[in-house]
Amino acid sequence: MKVVILGATSGMGRAIARRLAERGDSLFLLGHEPEELERSAADLSARAPDFRGNVGHAHCDLREPEDFKMALTVADRALDGFDTVVVTAAVFATQEQLEADIDRTEELLRINFTNTVVFCEHARNVLLERGGGTLCVFSSVAGDRGRKPVALYGAAKAGLSTYLEALDHRYRSAGLNTICVKPGFVKTGMTAGLKPPPFAGEPDQVAALVVRAIDRGTPEVYAPSIWRLIMLVIMHLPRFVMRKVGF
Amino acid sequence: MTRASQANTEATLSGWGNVPVPGHERLTERIDRASEGAVLSRGLGRSYGDSSLPPPDRREVLGTRLADRILGFDPQSGVMRAEAGLSLVEINRLMLRRGWFPPVTPGTQYVTLGGMVAADVHGKGHHSAGCFGSGHVRNLKLRLADGRIVECSREVEADLFRATVGGMGLTGHILEVEFAMRSIPSPWIWSESRRCGDIDEFIETIEEVHSTWPYGVGWIDCLSRGRNMGRGILDYGRWATAEEAAGKPLPNRPGIPIPFMMPGWLLGPLSVRAFNTLYYHQHVARHRRHGLRHPASFFYPLDTFLNWNRLYGRRGFTQYQCVLPKSAGRGAARTFLELLTSKGGASFLCVIKDTGPEGLGLLSFPKRGISIALDIAVRDDTQQLVDTLNELVISLGGRIYLAKDGFTRPEHYRAMEPRLDEFLQIRRRFDPEFRLRSAQSVRVLGDPARLVGEDETA
Repeated sequence: MKVVILGATSGMGRAIARRLAERGDSLFLLGHEPEELERSAADLSARAPDFRGNVGHAHCDLREPEDFKMALTVADRALDGFDTVVVTAAVFATQEQLEADIDRTEELLRINFTNTVVFCEHARNVLLERGGGTLCVFSSVAGDRGRKPVALYGAAKAGLSTYLEALDHRYRSAGLNTICVKPGFVKTGMTAGLKPPPFAGEPDQVAALVVRAIDRGTPEVYAPSIWRLIMLVIMHLPRFVMRKVGF
Repeated sequence: MTRASQANTEATLSGWGNVPVPGHERLTERIDRASEGAVLSRGLGRSYGDSSLPPPDRREVLGTRLADRILGFDPQSGVMRAEAGLSLVEINRLMLRRGWFPPVTPGTQYVTLGGMVAADVHGKGHHSAGCFGSGHVRNLKLRLADGRIVECSREVEADLFRATVGGMGLTGHILEVEFAMRSIPSPWIWSESRRCGDIDEFIETIEEVHSTWPYGVGWIDCLSRGRNMGRGILDYGRWATAEEAAGKPLPNRPGIPIPFMMPGWLLGPLSVRAFNTLYYHQHVARHRRHGLRHPASFFYPLDTFLNWNRLYGRRGFTQYQCVLPKSAGRGAARTFLELLTSKGGASFLCVIKDTGPEGLGLLSFPKRGISIALDIAVRDDTQQLVDTLNELVISLGGRIYLAKDGFTRPEHYRAMEPRLDEFLQIRRRFDPEFRLRSAQSVRVLGDPARLVGEDETA
């Protein structure tokens, strides 16, 4: 595969990129910190089967939608035509932090919903032009139901999940597999400092599920898998219960 | 123990020996940024005592294990540069089947490169390969107490390098490590073992075997007394040649978890005696040739059980590891075991190996002689037992290993370690206020428990 990854320098994106690099896929990294990109590219290159992966990288910041097209063009040239785009990048803040700072709320909603969708639209265009491919994007279980601790973060993710599902319905017959990944709580640098709930996952466990989903074209992935069951229960709880409980 | 008992309500942090203090890890991939102002870095927490725990006036240590990128590997020279949180288990997963192995490995692969440098770890091959930091690290990138980020090596900032290798993380936060991997002819070990009837035969056999074999370690039954004292089994090996391995693929060996804390009586005197006797007698032949062996079973037998530290129950355990120098004579090990058995220091595991010359690290543990390591469950008399053993070790000219220690008194450590003053001098040059500290450095090295002019930080 020839894969472009936005968000491969840390967390679950790092774990997915490693799995792909180790089995010999070609990678190109997009991100907003040049030194981080360089270090991750070196890591992934050393993991390639012959120690000499040639992982390239270019600047792309989810805050700057005007650059998305250019970044994808650079990646496309470097890979000589990519067939897979993975988006793990996003920002996170707790409900308390967001309620205290409306500017931060506006920025989070814009990055995690509007700009992510715009990036996906550019990627979709490129992939459809060449007859299809895979678009794998990280949403969250937080988007499955309106819940007290993730009212704002969850709202952006709900919008993103809806978009990704519709994309899958609309373009699968044209060859585009859209994969919506819904991680539950995963122990990464992003969630460090939060108290892990039961069933908290490890990034590599998520990466294994995501790579399998990319290979098979599975449109929706809960990771760790137990979260499919948990969310099924949560989605069927009546409102008066949701109002009482803290999650 | 007083600090552990008040820790019921807040988060606690402990070393591998499961004796907790209040505290928590700050985990981040960006240790380059987060190390600024941090009191101590901690890798996978495999030091047994309080080396990786915060000093009494602090609660937070920086966890490095998410900073785990390889920054470069040259398949011609074997030189690898990586972030300090990269673990040996990951290095082995990636490199073993591709023909490379770390130049030195401790008895567990659940350690980070940063931790390996800080403890200047040694392994089954110390007699031939020396320590990891002293012998094989070429360059380190550190965050110093004053905020500067510097590189050091044998040539550049050589004093800082000598103090950092084996310096228990007290000279600076280790951010990056560069070292040379060694190329191996196959991913398999070729091994043999011998049964030895008593301690004298044991030491003779070790010396004989180590003159020709690169790796070796002995297990002794430290409950046997009198004629059988120090009986045990010596396990040794080398890398199998390509012909011996004949292309046999190396299978994965997933660890078996021990899911919860076991009751404290599990490793009581009776079960320990039964285990030791059985283990000795299952080796029926005097000399066994095992042939091909999985490197994980040879180098990391205890990693078979993840969280095996839970076998010791809630009170936890400590490891007593000392080196008895060659100058103390051949009888030194016998004297040590006599004292140990007379104090009833029942140990489930007692490991013995011979060690080569002292490395360049100023607090590096090994020196030419015999190293003995034993696990001791924490009981009311543990402090007394450690004191007694330390007094003997001092009289024999030996010393203990800080990475294992949770009980040594400062006056005892000072008596064992003539290099301590030089270490402290260099450390003072880079960190005059001793901002970088650990629970252990306060307990053993006499660091301030509280920094002057600083408010209590939660």
